[in-house]
Amino acid sequence: MTAPAAAEPGSSADTFVPRILVFSTNTISDPGVDLAGSSHFHYSPGVNVIAVPCTSGIRPSWILHAFDEGYDGVFIATDGEECAYLHDCAKRSNKVVQTAQKALKERGMDASRIRVAAICSVCAEPFTKHMTTFTAALLAMGRAKAG
Amino acid sequence: MSDQTLTAPDDNAADAPAGRRIGVYVCHCGGNISDYVDVEKVVEDIRDNGDVIVSRTTMFACSDASQQDIEADIRANQLDGLVVASCSPKLHTYTFRGVAQRAGLNPYEYTQVNIREQCSWVHTDDHDGATAKATALVNAGIGRTRNTVPLEPMVVDTVPHTLVIGGGIAGLRAAVGLADIGLRVTLVERERVLGGWVKQLGRMYPHNKEGRALIEELVAQVKRRPSITVLTGAEVVGKAGSFGNFRMTVRVGGEGAGTIEVLVGSIVVATGFDAYAPAEGELGFGLDGVVTLPQFKELVDAARGPLSWRGRPVRSVAYVYCVGSRGTAGCSNQYCSRFCCASTVQTAVEVSGLDPSVRQFHLYRDMRTYGKFEPLYTEARDKGSVFLKFDNDEPPAVAEGPDGRLTVTVRDLLTERTELAIPVDLVVLVTGMVPRENQPLVDVLKLPKGADGFFNEIHPKLRPVETVVDGVLIAGASQGPKTSSESVAQALAAVTQSAAILKKGFTELDPLVAIVAPEACTACGDCLTACPYDAISMHEEVDRHFAVISAANCKGCGGCVPMCPENAIDLLGYTDAQITDMISSLAEVPV
Repeated sequence: MTAPAAAEPGSSADTFVPRILVFSTNTISDPGVDLAGSSHFHYSPGVNVIAVPCTSGIRPSWILHAFDEGYDGVFIATDGEECAYLHDCAKRSNKVVQTAQKALKERGMDASRIRVAAICSVCAEPFTKHMTTFTAALLAMGRAKAG
Repeated sequence: MSDQTLTAPDDNAADAPAGRRIGVYVCHCGGNISDYVDVEKVVEDIRDNGDVIVSRTTMFACSDASQQDIEADIRANQLDGLVVASCSPKLHTYTFRGVAQRAGLNPYEYTQVNIREQCSWVHTDDHDGATAKATALVNAGIGRTRNTVPLEPMVVDTVPHTLVIGGGIAGLRAAVGLADIGLRVTLVERERVLGGWVKQLGRMYPHNKEGRALIEELVAQVKRRPSITVLTGAEVVGKAGSFGNFRMTVRVGGEGAGTIEVLVGSIVVATGFDAYAPAEGELGFGLDGVVTLPQFKELVDAARGPLSWRGRPVRSVAYVYCVGSRGTAGCSNQYCSRFCCASTVQTAVEVSGLDPSVRQFHLYRDMRTYGKFEPLYTEARDKGSVFLKFDNDEPPAVAEGPDGRLTVTVRDLLTERTELAIPVDLVVLVTGMVPRENQPLVDVLKLPKGADGFFNEIHPKLRPVETVVDGVLIAGASQGPKTSSESVAQALAAVTQSAAILKKGFTELDPLVAIVAPEACTACGDCLTACPYDAISMHEEVDRHFAVISAANCKGCGGCVPMCPENAIDLLGYTDAQITDMISSLAEVPV
């Protein structure tokens, strides 16, 4: 039996804690996400992070799989212009996001459930703000998947 | 509970299905995790995840005793996968890879799960939410490990020879250091003479030794070492091969001249900086008597008595600081150039030495004569220099009067924003450093640049001279503004790093690279342009073609993965099966 990760055990079935899957990068944005923790900032426990080497390597199918599995939003924390691998990383990452957004729209879902922003290795506060505002936006939008 | 003790429910080995044999350890981290996450419940909830043979909590997973207990578990239970849920992977991935390796488990079958920085510490206000999330994260770690395969680091023989690019103070000192540590060196300098910026300098702080003398001494040391080959008027125009075995092409003698090939194991880039060139009209630049810091230093170094400018005596000087740095007067460079405050006050002291009656006005934003340079600032003030502080919202204005005299107008923050108009004979724009224009070299070496345009290191503290291109190291002001002593320190760090790489005679590379499934590849060629490191090529056989990826050239970014319309490319460690399993695992938690 499963339930949303953020729902407190025993809470009412109507409690909606939006679930966000974040893709971060091992050397730039994930350290920024870590710093939010070291700074003891708070965001929703509905947020889960998977770190990869570079966001340009994310398959759009992974983003769509997250929605299939019940996530309400996906956030891509890119390296912006700081990527140590690829000078055109931002362009490539945006293409991944656009492909996933197009597929999401074709499913009749709101493309703004996929967000992308550059998060640097010390961007603890911006990351926390992104999570807070994204959680609020998804709360207003409602669940991505019925049930 | 002691950190010496692993606490656990009974091992559930007997119940495990045939499949993977994974051990899972959930760390209290003292109370850093367990104060906010019910770690016992996490272990309870993940025990029935298929393939889990051992699941325990531990007070400090990283302690020696716990590491030994985990090793014992791996051996006793013949584990083939390991998951430790503790702090950030940045801290202990290598620790637990070592644990796995010592116990005979392939280190790449280990997954570290971050339940501290990304769970307990961000949910200190939500015990149940944090516990449920930790369970999901551990399940995702198990999902990742379930899909690992044993990998071996790539062993590459290395050539004991380093190419140093740039013959300024950093490159020269690196060449001497490399030779003394037993490596052959080829030093390539674009100009006809060695020495770079420092060769042009007069007396330098704190020993008053002239820059040109320092360089002469270093060049003499280079000449005394037969293992160093110097190529001047030379440029690096090609790079082939990979880390440990680069085949470099160097053109000697300018455009159209011949090239030679040099086989090296590592490369130290010490190409220096350019001085900021103000735009026409920027703080009066272009007016007669408005000069940059390098121009003024040349004037001072050449003077043997009171200063003069175009035949006129210089009785007063105004220095405008931070020109071309820190966004001053709207310039786009946001960084501090670091050397210029110290260099300017040192020059002012020199000017006072030539003629104590010269009036000197320093218009600064913040004075950064840091560390051992501070006495220079005191000495400049003692010798009569006047310091006025301006606000970047109101930078000084430089104007030329009808008589040709210059006037600098500034609002001084130290005297309640009093507007002062100072007539002076010379205005010195204290210009900083900018990245040297070097695009052909950047293209050849695939050097990563930061937002500021300087070359980018992997990590400013832990890996400060390494770049993401294995075997290519950076030193000196090519990496960012520095003083000459800082450049030399960094050059010697690059020497040490080169020696660490090359003295063993071989190196091991992380095998988390991209691979192609040949049976899925349709040879469409979409991936061939995806890799700037030239790792992907088309393998051609009589009856079929398919893409192949050179493990030695691949940097492991995964940028080629989404380029394949057939999903035939996977990045080891981040395969489709692993990420998909992780996403599914994260989505499910027990209630």
